[in-house]
Amino acid sequence: MRTTIPALLLPALLLRAMAALVVWAPAVLPAQIQLTGAGATFPYPMYSKWFDEYHKRHPDVQINYQSIGSGGGIRQVTEGTVDFGATDGPMTDAQLADFRSKRGTAILHFPTVLGAVVPVYNVPGVATGVRFTGDALAGIFLGTITKWSDVAIARANPGVRLPATDIVVVHRSDGSGTTYVWTDYLSKVSPAWQQRVGKNTSVNWPVGLGGSGNPGVAGLVKQTEGAIGYVELIYAVQNRIAYGAVRNAAGEFVNADLASVSAAAAGAAATMPDDFRVSITNAPGRASYPISSFTWLLVPATIPDRAKHKALVDFLKWMLADGQGMVEALAYAKLPAPVIAREAKAIAGVK
Amino acid sequence: MTSAARLRYRRVVNGAMFGATGACTVAIAGVLLFILFYLFVNGARRIDLAFFTELPTPVGEPGGGMANAIVGSAKILALATVIGVPVGFLGGVYLAEYGSRGFAFAVRYTTDLLNGVPSIVIGIFAYTLIVLKAKHFSTLAGGVALGIMMIPIAVRSTEEFLRAVPSGLREGALALGTPKWRMLATVVVPAAKDGIITGIMLNLARVAGETAPLLFTSFSNRFWSPGLDQPTASLPVMIYTYAVSPYDDWHRQAWAAGFVLLLFILLINLGARVILRRRVAGGGRS
Amino acid sequence: MSGAPAGPPPRDARASRGGARAFAQRLVSGDEAARLVVTVASGAILLVTALLVFELWTNSGLSREKFGLRFLVTQTWDPNAGVFGALPFAYGTVVTSFLSLLIAVPVGVGAAIFLSEMAPPKLSDALTFCIELLAAVPSVIYGLLGVFVMMPLIKAHLAPGLRAALGWTPLFQGPFYGVSFLAAGIVLAVMILPFIVSVSRQVLLAVPPEQREGALALGATKWETTWRVVVPYARRGITGSVFLALARALGETMAVTMVVGNAPQIKASLLAPGYSIAAVIANEFTEATSDLYVHALIELGLVLFALTIVINGVARLLVLSTSRHAGSPA
Repeated sequence: MRTTIPALLLPALLLRAMAALVVWAPAVLPAQIQLTGAGATFPYPMYSKWFDEYHKRHPDVQINYQSIGSGGGIRQVTEGTVDFGATDGPMTDAQLADFRSKRGTAILHFPTVLGAVVPVYNVPGVATGVRFTGDALAGIFLGTITKWSDVAIARANPGVRLPATDIVVVHRSDGSGTTYVWTDYLSKVSPAWQQRVGKNTSVNWPVGLGGSGNPGVAGLVKQTEGAIGYVELIYAVQNRIAYGAVRNAAGEFVNADLASVSAAAAGAAATMPDDFRVSITNAPGRASYPISSFTWLLVPATIPDRAKHKALVDFLKWMLADGQGMVEALAYAKLPAPVIAREAKAIAGVK
Repeated sequence: MTSAARLRYRRVVNGAMFGATGACTVAIAGVLLFILFYLFVNGARRIDLAFFTELPTPVGEPGGGMANAIVGSAKILALATVIGVPVGFLGGVYLAEYGSRGFAFAVRYTTDLLNGVPSIVIGIFAYTLIVLKAKHFSTLAGGVALGIMMIPIAVRSTEEFLRAVPSGLREGALALGTPKWRMLATVVVPAAKDGIITGIMLNLARVAGETAPLLFTSFSNRFWSPGLDQPTASLPVMIYTYAVSPYDDWHRQAWAAGFVLLLFILLINLGARVILRRRVAGGGRS
Repeated sequence: MSGAPAGPPPRDARASRGGARAFAQRLVSGDEAARLVVTVASGAILLVTALLVFELWTNSGLSREKFGLRFLVTQTWDPNAGVFGALPFAYGTVVTSFLSLLIAVPVGVGAAIFLSEMAPPKLSDALTFCIELLAAVPSVIYGLLGVFVMMPLIKAHLAPGLRAALGWTPLFQGPFYGVSFLAAGIVLAVMILPFIVSVSRQVLLAVPPEQREGALALGATKWETTWRVVVPYARRGITGSVFLALARALGETMAVTMVVGNAPQIKASLLAPGYSIAAVIANEFTEATSDLYVHALIELGLVLFALTIVINGVARLLVLSTSRHAGSPA
């Protein structure tokens, strides 16, 4: 026992000593205001950049944001374990009511950036340039269109030789805002989809394989002949994956890029409700990319801690001004000016 | 078959079976080497002094490291060991040396059950137990989650290796008039210590790589996390976050972090064994 | 358990003593204190598990009320329509875990035998050390390696071979996309190998040399000694290592979800994509949008718990029956 107890505890003590030693040094800091946020994965790179830049300008404010998923963000902010949340899909009325009953105040949505979801594919013999209509996408994901040479796809691609290969559908297996946006779009363009599957962060897919996360879907599509899947635009661009153009509500086939995504948001800005909970998929406008989406920060309407309140409000103001200037470098699209103006007014609602 | 032929046959079987088992070993060692090689090749470029001393930077900015994640993992693992190992060890001692029929059966069965609970469910448990009540994420919650995961393996391995100690040793000590607890402490446990330490190291290695339970307990942190009641970064969570991101630089950091995690466990492993060897005065089986 | 001829009074004598003072006196004598401490620790384990089950039970209330026992036999999993069922996931968990054991136990025990009986001690120590390190590789990395390295390999070499040799059975029919029960079983096998190898080797090393010497003296070859004397002697410990490994296989999340295909379906073919309980909980818990959804996922956790009870029980019965026949030495 004499040898064993020290041998058992020594590693633990060593670790603890090491940790204490290293932590003790940088822990001598000025009084910090610490905010914690949780939520969507899609804007994580942008938020991490923003919070970092903000910390450089205001060294006494530490905003710690982690991506555990939109649903996770909604749940944690409702439980009060984090100061703010983030989500790719707006909260439902039921969730709003739940928040109010648990936290005693309302929750406000603030759009931050725009993003898009693109269809990626692996068609033997066709490297780029495939175009999809909403009907075709819905049919493929419903399982009614099973071959690449199907007339529904061929009609939109005159001059492209599409082989008679079987289509292998790949979707996200983990719940995600990306799925929410994709299924939201399909629900709008296909009544059959709306009725049979609907929109959610996780749905009962009629056909297909499930890839875990963007890398899972991209990996599967790359490895499987005849596969089609969907990923975030940033992911496709950064990893140089071919993605197709989609036909928008005005009948134009549009490729996803910063301009077409912003056009979609601009089109929706006019009819946006006051609480900013809006879906901009299948937006009007000739240059709009139809599978675009806002992403939101979720901020409680009442923040008792005065220091935290000031920090959050100041950050929101900064985000709408300087913050927007940083987004395009990371392949996100800026908020349209009318939306920014409305948000700036709405910040006053955070008390 | 003549006896000479039969002997030849038995010798051939001897050689063949040992060849087969050797092949199994080589295959497993090969897999490990491949994994290490892959991690190194993909992540080595990112391993520099900055990796160990700096905080993470946003994507696109050069430099940055995982210093807070390394320290965070160390704190969480230390906490988990302090929570899980003593309880598991004592439970194993109970099952091997004191067990009464009904209660021991219940404990053993329960331990096996606990072992089979998915790590994410244990994370959810620690979340409802600690995080929800405290209204914030914390290193403590992460340590508790991993500590609970360590208990079953500690119990199992302690019990197995205590049982493997021949009864002759026990009876010898008791015949000399030693009280039971002393006999266990000075004779049986030291005789089983190799196996018990192996069990603990294996245990630590396994929980060191767990991501799911940490997502809702220790969460993660962009900054330093002093004390035990703040969210803290940890290597597995960083690996997960970076690996599923779109960016090449973050992918490389994820591989590098995986490599560093393995190195970390290796060092702890080595350290414990070195200490052990030093304390065994003189020779005897190492 | 060896008796205690000398030392503290036997158990039944306690009944004749009474009172707190007598108890305190016995505590001081060391043995009772030791017994108390270890019993309390064991009790703590029971308590933690009971608390865990309690939490799982209360947090799955909505789902249990809505579906009752139908949950166990429903094949649909539709978060939007609010219909949830556990059957495809339970099936996948059982299939992938069983497959992983099928692969890992022979290979792992084989390697343990080699390391304990054949390899020179220094080499054996070094190799075992390395193999134990495999346990520290994060699940996420196993998953990524599975997707980028292992699946292409299986697709190119293993699957065609299996299909050629065994394609007439329902186990290897149908299209193959890489993600499958087979891929998950193989990844799990690699993940659980360190437990089997490490613990089995230790147990084999602990077999007294007299056992080996006796067999060798009777003219047995080394292999015969190992297989017929040493391994049976260590059988209990080896079985223990298999239980450890099985437990990890049942609960593994990240690596499995990246290679299993995440399709909630029940197919006989190992080449088909599937799902497992741990994988679906890991995938959907963070994003679960409604309370019923969350409760359904937690109820799945309860189902896994129940599955573990059943599988453990069956395995224990098997072990008990075989050792009764063989006449276990320990």
